[in-house]
Amino acid sequence: MAHLNDYREFAGADVIDELALSAERLSGVSIQNINSTAVGGGVAEILMRMVPLLQELGVNALWDVIKGGEQFFEVTKKMHNALHGQPVQFSQDEIDLFLATNETNARELNLHGDIIFIHDPQPCALIQRKSELGNKWLWRCHIDFSRPDPFTWEFLKTYIEQYDASVFSAPSFARQLSIPQVLISPSIDPLSDKNKELPQEVIDSVLQRFKIDPERPMVTQISRFDYLKDPVGVVQVFRKIQKYIDCQLVLAGGGAVDDPEGAKVLAEVQEAVNNDPDIFLLLLPPASDIEINALQRASTVVLQKSLREGFGLTVAEALWKGKPVIAGAVGGIPLQIVHKYSGLLSHTVEGTAFALKQLLQNPSYANNLGKNGREHVRRNFLITRHLRDYLLLFHSLRHPKESMVYL
Amino acid sequence: MTLQAKEPFHFYTRQTLTYLTGRRASTLGELLSGIKEASEASIYHHTHHFLAQHEFLSPEPPNDFAYWITNILQDRLLGEEVASIDLREYASLEAIRSATVDVIERGQPSAGKRLDRHAPAGEEFHFMEAKSFVFPTRHVARSLEEFRDCLQQVSIFSIYFHVFEARLREGNSDFSLWLSTSLQEEELAKEFLQFDPYTQTLENLRLTLIRLVEARLQKG
Repeated sequence: MAHLNDYREFAGADVIDELALSAERLSGVSIQNINSTAVGGGVAEILMRMVPLLQELGVNALWDVIKGGEQFFEVTKKMHNALHGQPVQFSQDEIDLFLATNETNARELNLHGDIIFIHDPQPCALIQRKSELGNKWLWRCHIDFSRPDPFTWEFLKTYIEQYDASVFSAPSFARQLSIPQVLISPSIDPLSDKNKELPQEVIDSVLQRFKIDPERPMVTQISRFDYLKDPVGVVQVFRKIQKYIDCQLVLAGGGAVDDPEGAKVLAEVQEAVNNDPDIFLLLLPPASDIEINALQRASTVVLQKSLREGFGLTVAEALWKGKPVIAGAVGGIPLQIVHKYSGLLSHTVEGTAFALKQLLQNPSYANNLGKNGREHVRRNFLITRHLRDYLLLFHSLRHPKESMVYL
Repeated sequence: MTLQAKEPFHFYTRQTLTYLTGRRASTLGELLSGIKEASEASIYHHTHHFLAQHEFLSPEPPNDFAYWITNILQDRLLGEEVASIDLREYASLEAIRSATVDVIERGQPSAGKRLDRHAPAGEEFHFMEAKSFVFPTRHVARSLEEFRDCLQQVSIFSIYFHVFEARLREGNSDFSLWLSTSLQEEELAKEFLQFDPYTQTLENLRLTLIRLVEARLQKG
């Protein structure tokens, strides 16, 4: 388990010291996090790291998980897809089940925190106990909210607007709401397997395992085989530059096997690749963090040619490794890449190919973008910034009106 | 002998939480009306957050409005005009708002249609606001020597607060005010006001401030 002091060398001593200044003003305040899963999934992963760090800072952070049957989670999965923009119909039974499960949990959970911090839609209807308990309630949306299904959103909105504040991950997810909406970006953990420093031998052995030539330039995209990540577009980009520059392309990701659409996308990518020995299609199993880390570190340029994106943390991961990144200007990516400062943004296959050619042919320019990108991530997208924002969020509930708060 | 200040200078630091307003602009016209109606906390965010988030990158950070006009609407001329608004010239956020509105409106007759130019889908301008939380640090200066030592030790967030934020959002607690009122260092206070802090990285700004104080100390 990582300790706060382990982050000093990455975030800077002043950042850690100022976290303590902020946290000491929250002593005696209890923060009760509630989500729907104890393991698996991004939210549990974040809570598993954040809760101990908050405790180490002296904040009384707690974490509870709601209980629900298989059918409840089928409804919430459907809700999740609807919030991602899929048109979905809910039956009255499904809505009743959603509300009844929330009601049962509201009765059974001891909602004693001074601040109840609800994560994602599954437990959002617990808010119904707010007036009776009199504590402060926060709702954190971790998912892409740029085009939610209107019916589902209207339904949830009646609950969300009872909270004291909501939290979204990217500016494009903001809604017209009667409560404050706070922007808190997700973060990466520099000490996790996916991001920690790796010995050169580990990187070499991963390349060797996949038969990638360590001597030739390597262009990489790490992502699921999903239309929204445009892997076929990435192959087209590679075709355009392959004529001029000797290099290799690595497309690595997972999640295709049990997903019918993923399998279809993979088949289309395979067709586009057409057995080209310079293109490596790597289907990685779920626990491949070290492999992903090694592939990113071995890359000359990293692409994230997404057509739509939640936050796109793979961009922050690559930037953290000092890599020059070219990415689609969607979702949270423009927060991570300021065009020509900390990477390049593109919109088309042609534009991406042009940018890639520029970077492969100008290593010092590419290197500078990578360096700036790492510094940008260091200051804005490490878990320590996430902690800082959470502490401020908790403070903000005591000072809802002021724009300057003296603590 | 070291002159003791009438009042000690307490160094503060600040952290900022960003709020989304749900308001967005797809065209220059929408940006303009957004700027006219935005809160001061929003004007502050869009003209200053770049400085705090990207201060290491460039000594000339563009503000958000200029960045969006230049890179998204692709209007380089107007983008340059908005980027070069001299923020140091203005003593309040209201004045910065008016100056920005003036520059955009002044540009209209020569390119009447550009108010309607659309940003690509997904690259709209999102209006946000900054809520700042200010904390006292353990650094306190009671003389010019101690002031120099503190400047060397405090975080860049503290330097940022006193140079930029205290001036615009609080109208007090900036360095020059203390130098002139508590230490009667009128000349040095004037020097602190004379350079443009917006065109330096924060670490360079720290060095500039330290150099000015040391030059004064050497004069005796």
